[in-house]
Amino acid sequence: MIEPKIQEQSSVDGVQTRVKFYQTGTFTAGNRLLDKELRTVQSSQERSNAITCGHRACQGCGEALGARYALDAAIRAANGNIIAVNATGCLEVFSTPYPETSWQVPWLHSLFGNATAVASGVAAALRRQGKDHIRVVAQGGDGGTTDIGFGALSGMFERNDDVLYLCYDNQGYMNTGVQRSSATPPTARTATTPAVGKAPGNPFGIGKDVPRIAMAHNIPYVATASVANLHDLEEKVTKAMSIHGARYIHIFVPCPLGWAHATRDTIRVARLAVESGVWPLFEAEHGEVIHSSPIRRQIPVEEYLMTQGRFAHLFKPKRDEERLSALQAIANKNIERYHLIHEEANA
Amino acid sequence: MTRHFAISLPVGSSLENHTGAWRTERPQYADFLPPCNNACPAGENVQNWLYHAEEADYQEAWEEIMRNNPFPAIMGRACYHPCETACNRATVDEAVSIHSVERFLGDRAIAEGWHIKIATEKSGKRILIVGGGPSGLSAAYHLARLGHSVTIVEAEAKAGGMMRYGIPEYRLPRDVIDAEVQRILDMGVTLRLNEKVRDIPAAMKKESFDACFLAIGAHISKHVDIPSPDAGRVLDALHMLRDSENSSDKGALIGRRVIVYGGGNTALDVARSAKRLGGESIIVYRRTKEKMPAHAFEVEEAIEEGIQFRWLETIKHLSDETITIEKMKLDSDGYPQPTGEFEVISGDMVVLALGQDVDTSITTGIPGIKNDKDGIVSVDSNMMTGFPGLFAGGDMVPSERTITVAVGHGKKAARNIDAYLRGKEFSVKEKHTLATAEKLNTWYYSDAEKAVQPTLEMLRRRTTFEEVFGGLDETNALFEARRCMSCGNCFECDNCLAVCPDNAIRKLPMHLGMEPGKGRFEINYDYCKGCGICVAECPAGAMEMVPEVI
Repeated sequence: MIEPKIQEQSSVDGVQTRVKFYQTGTFTAGNRLLDKELRTVQSSQERSNAITCGHRACQGCGEALGARYALDAAIRAANGNIIAVNATGCLEVFSTPYPETSWQVPWLHSLFGNATAVASGVAAALRRQGKDHIRVVAQGGDGGTTDIGFGALSGMFERNDDVLYLCYDNQGYMNTGVQRSSATPPTARTATTPAVGKAPGNPFGIGKDVPRIAMAHNIPYVATASVANLHDLEEKVTKAMSIHGARYIHIFVPCPLGWAHATRDTIRVARLAVESGVWPLFEAEHGEVIHSSPIRRQIPVEEYLMTQGRFAHLFKPKRDEERLSALQAIANKNIERYHLIHEEANA
Repeated sequence: MTRHFAISLPVGSSLENHTGAWRTERPQYADFLPPCNNACPAGENVQNWLYHAEEADYQEAWEEIMRNNPFPAIMGRACYHPCETACNRATVDEAVSIHSVERFLGDRAIAEGWHIKIATEKSGKRILIVGGGPSGLSAAYHLARLGHSVTIVEAEAKAGGMMRYGIPEYRLPRDVIDAEVQRILDMGVTLRLNEKVRDIPAAMKKESFDACFLAIGAHISKHVDIPSPDAGRVLDALHMLRDSENSSDKGALIGRRVIVYGGGNTALDVARSAKRLGGESIIVYRRTKEKMPAHAFEVEEAIEEGIQFRWLETIKHLSDETITIEKMKLDSDGYPQPTGEFEVISGDMVVLALGQDVDTSITTGIPGIKNDKDGIVSVDSNMMTGFPGLFAGGDMVPSERTITVAVGHGKKAARNIDAYLRGKEFSVKEKHTLATAEKLNTWYYSDAEKAVQPTLEMLRRRTTFEEVFGGLDETNALFEARRCMSCGNCFECDNCLAVCPDNAIRKLPMHLGMEPGKGRFEINYDYCKGCGICVAECPAGAMEMVPEVI
């Protein structure tokens, strides 16, 4: 997030250039007081709308939003020269029920597990044809990324193929009926981890932290992002597009259906995940974290949990103090690991 | 059509799916009433003029204030700004310093000589205004804007009423009053000074006025009898302030230790003025500090300047160099009760600041006029008295007595007089739903502490009538304007456009005559699924969900 008070701007005259304060700064998508180049792609009527209207995503779908945010930024960065490869998952199902499609970019779907392998192949073919200006993006949900497509993903990283992989993480297999994935957080209720028994919901101690696994491949660029932080997300995609080689961005996209939250709260839930430390926002180059976004107004993890029915069993019939503190400990660990609380931010 | 291998159907677009059919509730752009606008006694559209000020479009901002209030420079100094008490920004950090932006705009208008052009044709109607205070001047200004010919008759040597004779110069410099009054006179309003109207119906008939607005204020100080060997050492507050105003050297004090009796803003004005004239001021008030009717910030300013306070005390009597006071205590209902415990303090002059009454002799004998139990003139909802064509406002009618309320009365009376003269009924538009703090998503607003006005150094505050607070410079004023959260009204942050998962919101191009923040965005209900994210993520709370009619 750009700190608005210290941001330089150039195109307005006189006192307006001296007042570095724009009401909402870069927290909102646009803002008429803000210089045009500081506004997001999404605030522009000329954005590409990579996924157009009429798609069949549920009301308030975070993934539909995250995919449009990320692809519109990638399309702008590549001057429109983009090919997108898609894994099976919500995004593919709701955007492309044969024979219709919502995609406004050249788009390819093969199987659940092979999106990265196909993308590597597209990149190789383009290189062979001498079409280096055409860039390749692969995308999938957490299931297609962290579980089913994981081998191909790791291979693409290891070979450092020129592909940007975008993972839209809604923490489960949602379109098939909300089954658990290796991205489902501990205690969350899914169809396969019901809220019954002594330790209801998804157990502690399982699952994968794929951004850190990606970093362990020493690829040029790894980042996490969230639909609640649009400027940050677009900056990361734009930066990733300026780099060649294997790149990975893991985007947090709430799912009103699977998480059981109000459809209007999609961005709010994502914001609370960032503000509580549940979802750290950081960038890493060649395996090293180079930047993290500080928490703006820290909240306890339970404020985030309480917004979602999938965690309801932590609060009723009575508060599950043990698991609540275990979840808080995970957030605390993130805060410590990624330095999410900056002293100067609280000064 | 030839198809590629394995393509059995032509490619279709998802635009065929009108997903709007899923919707049970629809989002829509709303226009809620910002709390500042709701609180303004003069009916200013504060949110709207701040919107222009945010863009450094100061003249447009000033003109928006002038639609409702002809005194931005005066109000920015002397209004008790209920807008700031209501401001939702207080729930985030501190209320927007609306008055200091208003003052900046008002001062800039004076410096630049901005004027209001009268767009309306002359009506040919003549209106008499009795009393050249805030209410009368406001009515004159609005009636002039509506095309009428206005004459103000003022009993004092200068116009301004309580703005000049009630508010000391250190709070409101006289050149500011002169400039804003002159701007009204420049619109063609006639001002006759040092003249009293005794018989209104006769005066209206004699000079063929079609209507009259009566706004003589409340000038008679309330009294209590304090036994004293020398009645000359008991003064009333308004006389002291008025004498000070009318004398070239601010007047001399009769005593050195001035006891001010009362707990309202006028008591503070007198005590602080006496201090500046070289006296020592002590305020005696029968209840506690918390119960003082004066505004808390003015009490603090007085304490800073070294004014002494004696709370829970009443004055029993006065002798040559001393004053006997009795200590009070609050009973269980919060009323002060005597304790029988006395104390003698030194003091050689008492100023009574116990409130004011209306001099109703001017309305005596006018047919149809009614006074309420306190002798205040009754008016109907159109501000008309029982005598057709005679309207009244300001301190002389039942209401809160502040200059801003008076300005609001002047405006309301002017619009009613206009309707009366044109044979129409003036109806107030129904107020929009209030933009309460919970409608907003304040996470989006940048952290920004209130810009602080410069304060005059203490020695000068205690010894001169120079203005205590300075104005903001342009940088500060622009910063402060941008702290406005635009409650309930779109300020074009583009959030709704961005956060729609269904691309169902479109931004429209600007066109001429487009009101700020209105109509910039359009929802395509063919595709809007009604998730409500746009409403939840609108920082200003300028959208709402309404049920679909099925």
